[in-house]
Amino acid sequence: MELGFGAEYDAFREEVRTFIKSHWPPADGDMKSRENQRVFIEAAIGQGYMHRSIPKRFGGSEQEPDIGKAEVIREELSRARAPSARIPGNGLVVPTLLEWGTEEQQERFIAPTLRGDIIWAQGFSEPNAGSDLASLRTRAELTPDGKTWIINGQKIWTTGAHFATHMFCLVRTEPDAPKHAGISYLLVDIRQPGVTVRPLVQMTRQKEFSEVFFDNAETPADMLVGERGKGWNVTRSTLKHERSGIAAMTWPLSMFRDLVKLAREVERDGRPAIKDQRIREELAGIEGELLGLVYSTYRSTSLDVHGQGGDTFTTMRKLFMTELAGRMSKLARDIVEDGFLDMSGERLKWIERFMISLSMSIAGGTSNIQRNIIAEKVLGLPRDRAPERTGGATA
Amino acid sequence: MNFLLSDEQNALVDTVRALLRDKCEPTHVHKLFDTPGDAVFDAELWAALCEMGIPAIPVPEEHGGLGLELIDLAILAEVIGAFAAPVPYLGHAVATIAIARGGSEEQKARLLPGLASGEKLATVAFDEGQSRWTPADWALSAASGVLTGTKHLVPNAAEADLLVVGVKEGFAVVEKGADYTCARVDSADRTRPVDTVNFTGAAAELLAEGAGAVDAVFDAAAVLLAADAFGGAEHCVEMSVEYAKMREQYGQTIAQFQGLRYQLVKMALNTEPTRGLYWFAAHAWDALPDKARHAAAQAKAQVTDNYLQVTRDMVEAHGGIGFTWEHDAHIYMKRAMFDWTWLGSPGRHRLRAADLAGW
Repeated sequence: MELGFGAEYDAFREEVRTFIKSHWPPADGDMKSRENQRVFIEAAIGQGYMHRSIPKRFGGSEQEPDIGKAEVIREELSRARAPSARIPGNGLVVPTLLEWGTEEQQERFIAPTLRGDIIWAQGFSEPNAGSDLASLRTRAELTPDGKTWIINGQKIWTTGAHFATHMFCLVRTEPDAPKHAGISYLLVDIRQPGVTVRPLVQMTRQKEFSEVFFDNAETPADMLVGERGKGWNVTRSTLKHERSGIAAMTWPLSMFRDLVKLAREVERDGRPAIKDQRIREELAGIEGELLGLVYSTYRSTSLDVHGQGGDTFTTMRKLFMTELAGRMSKLARDIVEDGFLDMSGERLKWIERFMISLSMSIAGGTSNIQRNIIAEKVLGLPRDRAPERTGGATA
Repeated sequence: MNFLLSDEQNALVDTVRALLRDKCEPTHVHKLFDTPGDAVFDAELWAALCEMGIPAIPVPEEHGGLGLELIDLAILAEVIGAFAAPVPYLGHAVATIAIARGGSEEQKARLLPGLASGEKLATVAFDEGQSRWTPADWALSAASGVLTGTKHLVPNAAEADLLVVGVKEGFAVVEKGADYTCARVDSADRTRPVDTVNFTGAAAELLAEGAGAVDAVFDAAAVLLAADAFGGAEHCVEMSVEYAKMREQYGQTIAQFQGLRYQLVKMALNTEPTRGLYWFAAHAWDALPDKARHAAAQAKAQVTDNYLQVTRDMVEAHGGIGFTWEHDAHIYMKRAMFDWTWLGSPGRHRLRAADLAGW
């Protein structure tokens, strides 16, 4: 057994470290400067460290898929607090365009998306199409001259719509076709008069999602991705290479570190809360779950790297992490006690986390949808009566 | 990254699984479970496992063993747990590890070959009552060469040829025929009988390096329990899923009902993610000593706690039949009760883990 990526990656890690050392922090020491970040990212792409699955002609570094290398790069960037290759907005459009886009669409959109010049929002969910996404009703009709789609309807739970420039969305183009067959995947410039973005205020008082209204909004006919009526299949694209749950563990691990810190800081009955037996026991119980997450992820990643089947944990991971986040935020609640109410107080972060952990049970496929998927895919129970599910679309 | 079993390990698991499929089917376990009087182990099945060389796994090659690692023992404990096999595997394996780790060269050469072949049966005596299981709790002493006092929940003490007893000084070996008596406990888990052992001036030989080995031996026991629990839990999930696909109510299989589907998902979610906990704890014991203690405490706590819950969920998923003596469910629940109890409750191990984490 070998945990971590081991000796075979030592030389590569050294190479990455040397590169980072000579490029970050920037010469003028300003780590927040956009320009400095841009220069760093460009150099990292040049080295093959970022956007590895994206062809060079679209601004990527076109590397052979290698989860180990991807993980080493991620670790080293994070250790040096160097900029990462995160695409602003919803980057899912990139693998989708790589798989389904026309050469023209790829050329026009991928490089500017990587640079952050075009920022995408995802337009899937609608007020009456959440988990049952295929019942969506926003429609697009082609003008008689065949040159323009006219879009009418409403999207909701659209993350970052108020700073996005474009939206990739699912719309109904074949009103007479069966539910799934009538849907197409369109790219739309949302900075136009026919589009209204109205931010939603969340229970945390933050505004991350919006409603987006289309009132005779327009997009050129060639902004259709994949075939007409085949949009459902187009949404199935995900990053095929270097997927690994390891990066996804970053936040639960850091939330747990924060929780331990909180338990050390807060006094309860004249001593640190962490010395309280009940708090200690629950904290250790949470750590046990977290270790289950970590080692299961190592196993899933190993199965993937070595091309073996039998991975069931990946399907369970989202639900597992959702429940873990809930459990962590409840222990934080028990620790902060009086501090649990004051939203201008020092414990705001934990009040927010208490609420935000709930959003995990909704966004990107609700927990009940996850349970449906696990029941079918992992336990092999007969299909539910609902004809087809994607697992919701909030993003 | 290669957090996977080797081909050899998978082959080992398959071989033992095939043997148990053949010799340890549920009706066989029930028959043993139902035998009146004191619980007994399945001598024929144990002999077959010995024949395959299973007890030789933790014994160094120079003493007639295979010189393999804890992970190898653990993955077999998983299989044994899955079949609820009534064999004295746990006590024998832990006792063997204690001698391999704590014995002098002379003691190892004298004691290990008989344990490796299975010609002699060994067990371990840890608990001093009121859940005093850990080496730090052991108050009995064998410094004078004789042992007096009581140990609780000792697996198969009555049948064992050799008892490895946790004492203040480390480990003491007491051989059959010495001055001690065994009283079989009317234990819920009749697949793994336990005795209360009363030592009355029993001749006892200290293991030369025992004091330095106690923690590691205790951790190894914790890992093997966790492995047993994982195997049992996984079996319970499979059994419940199969039943749901077959049982019909209201004109359809109950697998169609979302309420039950979600219960089954919860069982799976309590089971599958714990595999890595015991794997890692075994791997740490073999290769990462500074992480081994904490990992073992967490594995024992998490996996055995979840196992017991999964067995409860299994009974619910089966309805009335699951509550009967004739069904397998109670056998697994009682094994889960053993895994939960033995070495101390999950709560105690969580508090140990907290101490070890430096909280």
